[in-house]
Amino acid sequence: MNTQLEEIEIPVVVPARRPVGNWVYGIVGLLFGIVFVKAEVISWFRIQEMFRLDSFHMYGVIGSAVLVGMLSVQLIKRFRVKTLDGSPISIAPKQFNKGQIYGGLLFGCGWAITGACPGPLFAQIGAGFGVVSVTLLSAIAGTWVYGAVSSGK
Amino acid sequence: MIEFISQPWPWYVAGPLIGLTVPTLLILGNRAFGISSSLRHICAACMPANLDFFTYDWRKEAWNLWFVGGILVGGFVGGVLLTNPHAMTIAPATVQALQTLGIGDFTSGLLPADLFNWSNVLTMKGLIFFVFGGFLVGFGTRWAGGCTSGHAIMGLSNLQWPSLVATISFMVGGFAMTHLGLPWLMKLAGF
Repeated sequence: MNTQLEEIEIPVVVPARRPVGNWVYGIVGLLFGIVFVKAEVISWFRIQEMFRLDSFHMYGVIGSAVLVGMLSVQLIKRFRVKTLDGSPISIAPKQFNKGQIYGGLLFGCGWAITGACPGPLFAQIGAGFGVVSVTLLSAIAGTWVYGAVSSGK
Repeated sequence: MIEFISQPWPWYVAGPLIGLTVPTLLILGNRAFGISSSLRHICAACMPANLDFFTYDWRKEAWNLWFVGGILVGGFVGGVLLTNPHAMTIAPATVQALQTLGIGDFTSGLLPADLFNWSNVLTMKGLIFFVFGGFLVGFGTRWAGGCTSGHAIMGLSNLQWPSLVATISFMVGGFAMTHLGLPWLMKLAGF
């Protein structure tokens, strides 16, 4: 039995590591959700303050998140950081299309009405605002209708 | 300790933590931060209806569903277990503007209870603020190819100009709705 195993040639490269399990992303989401609630980003009032220019809070949150994200992405690119399982990190570029304007405007309207973008919808439900599940279902329906329209059927 | 973290966190703590989600997901498995895609995966998993847009292997993107599931549980931990014992501090100008529009509750929590309430579901309030608003969020983000996380945070972090266009459009839509649409919608909803 052992002799057969020894005959197999193993290429000498960095040992392939297994990708992390999906549950790990669940943990990241959990921590992210806690930040969302504790920073009151999921608050309908905070979104109203933002669109009324009555508070700096949301601008500070989004602005500093973008700065930290930007710095991280530049460092990852500069030092060719790899993923935990040893594969290269590549980020797909965003292609421009007019949907970013029209869809963006529609989403902005929805954001001001519901006080939530998709992430906060999930966090609001968890935080005890069960009725937001109606909003979430409707957002899923909106995505489905977009899919139906764009599939041209 | 619990008392300390139960207070609302300032923007300079929360913002950088949210920003760190970008490299965390990239390093864990080359995943691009984005939340609205989860809505598409839910459609693809539950009712693809033979539509091209939903015909793909959503299981390969299952991490995204775990991620939003985590956000929901995190919402429970942050909002229920670590709940802020004090009423929210809301900018007086916003309180005044919302009072004029008919909102009466500013003390019960993160959302006004006189609006976000199960008894409103089958009324005009529910139709406008949950059904119509939610539909715009789902339809708009997909048309735009991303939401605040995918465009404003991930896209801008990667210096993508289409994401800047999208982010500006989100803000323009939000300003327009808040100042032009909302007074009218609130009246229609019976506030």
